[in-house]
Parts: sequence; structure tokens; C-alpha cells
Amino acid sequence: MDKVSTIEGRAIPLGLKNVDTDVIIPAHWLKTVSREGLGKGAFETIREAPGNPFDVEDFAGAPILIAGDNFGCGSSREHAAWALLDLGITAVIAPSFSDIFSGNAFKNGILTVELSQDQVDRLLEIAAGHPITIDLENQTVTTPFQDRFAFEVDPFRKHCLLDGLDEIGLTLERSAPIETHEQQRAQALPWLDAPQRRDAA
Amino acid sequence: MASKPRTLYEKIWDAHVVERRDDGTCILYIDRHLVHEVTSPQAFEALRLAGRTVRRPDLTLAVPDHNLPTTQRTDAAGKRLPIEDPQSAAQLAALEANAPAFGIDYIDAVAPEQGIVHVVGPEQGFSLPGATIVCGDSHTAAHGGIGALAFGIGTSEVEHVLATQTLQLRPSKSMEVRVEGELGPGVTPKDLILHIIGVIGTAGGTGHVIEYRGAVFERMSVEGRLTVCNMSIEGGARAGLIAPDHTVFSYLEGRPYAPRGEAWDRAVAWWKTLHSDPDAVFDKTVVIDAADVEPTVSWGTSPEDVVAVGGNVPAPESFADPSKQSAARKSLDYMGLEPGQRIEDIAIENVFIGSCTNSRIEDLRAAADVLKGRTKASNVRWAIVVPGSGLVKRQAEAEGLDRVFTAAGFEWREPGCSACLAMNPDKVPPGERCASTSNRNFVGRQGPGARTHLVSPAMAAAAAVTGRLADVRTLAPCQAVDA
Repeated sequence: MDKVSTIEGRAIPLGLKNVDTDVIIPAHWLKTVSREGLGKGAFETIREAPGNPFDVEDFAGAPILIAGDNFGCGSSREHAAWALLDLGITAVIAPSFSDIFSGNAFKNGILTVELSQDQVDRLLEIAAGHPITIDLENQTVTTPFQDRFAFEVDPFRKHCLLDGLDEIGLTLERSAPIETHEQQRAQALPWLDAPQRRDAA
Repeated sequence: MASKPRTLYEKIWDAHVVERRDDGTCILYIDRHLVHEVTSPQAFEALRLAGRTVRRPDLTLAVPDHNLPTTQRTDAAGKRLPIEDPQSAAQLAALEANAPAFGIDYIDAVAPEQGIVHVVGPEQGFSLPGATIVCGDSHTAAHGGIGALAFGIGTSEVEHVLATQTLQLRPSKSMEVRVEGELGPGVTPKDLILHIIGVIGTAGGTGHVIEYRGAVFERMSVEGRLTVCNMSIEGGARAGLIAPDHTVFSYLEGRPYAPRGEAWDRAVAWWKTLHSDPDAVFDKTVVIDAADVEPTVSWGTSPEDVVAVGGNVPAPESFADPSKQSAARKSLDYMGLEPGQRIEDIAIENVFIGSCTNSRIEDLRAAADVLKGRTKASNVRWAIVVPGSGLVKRQAEAEGLDRVFTAAGFEWREPGCSACLAMNPDKVPPGERCASTSNRNFVGRQGPGARTHLVSPAMAAAAAVTGRLADVRTLAPCQAVDA
């Protein structure tokens, strides 16, 4: 995973609430065996409408997206995160995110920033004409107008993002305690091991 | 030593913690991993690129479901028919190759056990109470119906589980949804969960695991519990669960992957301890009066947009929140509905009975009960029934349900996700309406421009015979016919 520290640039002021994963990337785009190229299908239904923010030239290649409550609700498709990345979006600001989406975003180096609705409203206003800066190290969002909004971030996720760590690699380093757990589990809950296979049943 | 009272969720969580770090993140052991064709190819490919193996192939089960067409799969000679769509074919072929390459048990497209992953897991006894169960699909929450901690994961997490049999997670908050009283006649588990989502909203359970409690659930069949837990994600909760009891144990006993003999007895003894302690504290509690639940229908493009079938399409101004008002205006525009319109005046052209929410034998029986001796209305262009698995299909055929459906003008299909998500040939045409037993009414979910009304199987059948959204309780009792 690439290191993430400061994200600076224009922000697409989408603002909508409950943007579900079928809106971020409709299911017909999921028939791929690759993580690449999903930007073409990103926000397909929104982009069909004339005058949508994705058509505004100033926002081409913008690294930040600003949305409403409950962003990424719906399915577990990581294609939603891959589609955002393919569009060049590496941070999303919203009042809240669905649990699965924020996990998927993190695993792809996309920062999800939770701010209050008032702060999001202020950023939506500014984003129309000005850039925004997200500083992960200091956990702040700032604007050219002296706005400075602090945000919370899970310390483990912050550490992984700042250092570009591979979570699987980190877990594999803990294989000794995993083995210990497996041995205890085999004693205490033995039926969870070695389920009958169909060919053996 | 008196231990702190714990919720069911905490008990299952604690039993699976490998390691807890100071920042609260845990390495959580995963007991069962279900894999399907859509969210796994990139995970297997990444394992290959990194030279990693699957830690516990024996705890992993793969089955295709999402984009498998639901039409005939073999020719008269029993030879597999090709999948027309090249992308779907490639994705299905990838799973068929990846599963054996990594030593994973694989149920192929023409096996009698094939079906929707969330129907197959419990049906095969692969999903068990008290187990941690994951799958690259948000409706994994369904398995909470048998008392498992089950949740959907993204593809990176699929890869993480394949490589390590664990996930790095922080515990969720706990939320109690307590239903008091009894459901009225003709009110089903689907109506109940739609009603609950209407009350808590699609973000109501975000950050929480829901435990459904109350006598209603104790009396509910396993199928009904799977339906309720399935849609926890539509209420924002990554998982929902119900304490396992004798209903669950009898359901699971003797199923292919379930423990046997002494192992079964030990398992049941542990499962009986899996309930929230009397003094356990939930972070949030919502109380629902079962008497308030009517047969329920969705009118908009979010699963929280629900109303009793006897009601009307709401006016956007009736919502206090301005952003909800504008969302409702957009929804009504997409759905082609007017504020104040009677729900029962909404004509439908399509009916879909299926999906991981409502494709089990009990669902098919409920729909067939309504359809017996009746036929679909002339304005209903397309009506399909897609059993959740090959075993459900066989059972239904043994009971003669297939003949009830076909006599009523329904198509009787092969198992799969079908028209729930527009990834396979089963789609609802633009601008047309569908009474659907699935779980999401998002814009474009059943096909570009498709208009979805979420309902129970009995209500879908009522919609088919009347050609509009209709209260199943007001249909005259059907004529008894020999099925």
C-alpha cells in the first residue's frame, strides 16, 4: 500500500446522503477479475445527468470527494473503493460512513474523514471554488480561509496509512499466537475444526 | 469469580480473540469462510502474486451464485451449457479453477447443493451457532439467524482471511432490537425486518451488531430468522444475530457439514450457553411493538423508505430533515410515484420471488399458498421464482410447489442471485416496476431504471395475482386444488 500523509487539492462537492455502493459502482461493472479500470463505471447514474459535479472541469482529477451521511452503504463490494481510486479520489469526507465501506477504503489507502454535518456543509461551500487540505498526521482538514477541523482516526489505521503497511504481512507476523489459538480451539470447540467435506459425507 | 454479564455478541467475540492490542484492535479467528465468484478473483490473484497460501482451506467453502444465469444449465444429455456473457464466464471459470488450486471444497454450478451462498451455508450445516462466519458479501449477516457472528467483508479482507484465517477488527457496539408482542396473521418476518429498518433508518445500526430479542424470534422458524438477520445490513449493522435454541439445533442436526455423535453433543452443550446474560448491557436499545407491524412495502430507493400496504406514498414535506425531503423527491421521481398515492393503486409489471432474503422452502410455500388456484394478472409481464438452492428446488418440486407456480404463470428457475442485483441476465426493464422479495431497492439495483418494491413472498404472490401492490390478507382464501 502506498504511504498516505497529506491530501491536498480540489474536492468534488457531491453532498448527497446515503450514497450506496450500487450508485458508486453498479453491479454490471463487477464482472471483472481485475481491480483496474472501474473509474469508467463510477457514479454512472449520477454522471448521466447533465450538470453533475463530475462533469465540472475544475474537478477533473480532484483527489477528494465530499458526501452526506452514511456514504458507501449497501454491499461489501470493494469495487466501490477501486472505482474511487481509479477516478483519482484518495479521500472522502462525510458525516458518516458504512462500516464495510470505510474498511475497504482503508485497505486501499483511501482516507475516510468524518466531520459534523455543519463542517461538511462549510466544506461543500468552499469546495465549489477552492482547494482543501487533509493532514493525516495532525488529523485536520484545513481551507484557505483559516477553517481548521479536527477529525478522529483509528490509531492502527493511521499507523498503517502513514507507513504504507501491508495488513496481511503484519498479521502473518503473528502466526505464533494464531497457532496457539488454533490449538486451544481444537481442545475447547473441536467441532469447529475439520468440518465434514461433501465428498466424505 | 463472578464475571461481568456479557451480550451474546461479546461471548462469541471473546471466544475468537487471538490477540488484543492496546489500541483495542483484535486479531479475530474466523471459523467459516464462504467464497463466491464476484468478490474473490482479485483475492486469489493477490495471494498468487505474493506467493501466499490458504491457511485453512478446510474452513473455506466456495459456491458460484451471483452471476450464474438461472436458466437451464445442462442440455438433454447432461452436458454443461456455456455461459453466454464472456465476463461472467471468465469470473465463474476463475472460481472453478481457484478453489481446487488452493484446496478449497467447491460446489459447482450443476451440483444439487449449489445455491446462493447464504442459503447453502446453513443448509449444509457449514454455518454453525457461535461461529465467526465471513463472506465477501454484505448479506452474510443472514447467518446470524442460527446464532453465528456473521458479517460481510471486502475483497482485501477475503484475501486476509484466506492467508491468515483471521481479521484485524475492533469490536462493534451492541444494539438490542427488542420486539414485544406477537405478529398479526399474514405478517411475516420480512414485514418485520422492513418495519424495523423503517424505524431505525439505514444508518441506525452503523457501528453496531444487532441482537434481535423477544418471544417473536423464539417462535420464528430458522428460515424466518435468516430473513430478519439477512437485512441487518440494510439497517446499517454489519451483523445481526438471534440466540440459538432448539429450533436451530433441530434444523442443523444431520446436515452434511454439521458435527456428529459426541462432537454434536459437545457443540449443543456450548451453544446452549450462547445467549445474552440477564444483566448484559447494550449500547443502544430499540423497542418495537409487534402489533404495529403490517404487511410492509417499500416506496422509495432506500430500504428505510417503507410503509404499511394500506398506506399512501408519503409527501416529501412530511419528513422533518431537509436532506431527507430532497432524497424523497428524487426517489419519487425515479419511482414514478406521486405523494399521497395509495400503495394499493400501484400497478406492477414484474414479480421476483428469490434472493438470499426470501428463497428458502418456507418462502416458496408462503407464496405458493397464495397462488394456488390463481393466475398472474394480465398486466404482469414477467414473474419468476428462483429457489435459493438446488436442494430447496428439489424439496419444492417434491411438494408440487413448482406446478403451482407454473400454473400461475411463473417461470421456475435454477438457483442463484438472479434479479436481486442485475449482474446476470435476470433484469427488470427500465421504467418498469417489480414486486420483489429481495433486499435492496436502490436506484438501478434490478437493472438500469428498474423500480423495485420490496415485499414478502406472500405479498409478492398477492401482487402477481392482482397486478398491483395488494394486501395479501384481503385476498379471498384460495381454492384448494390438487397441486
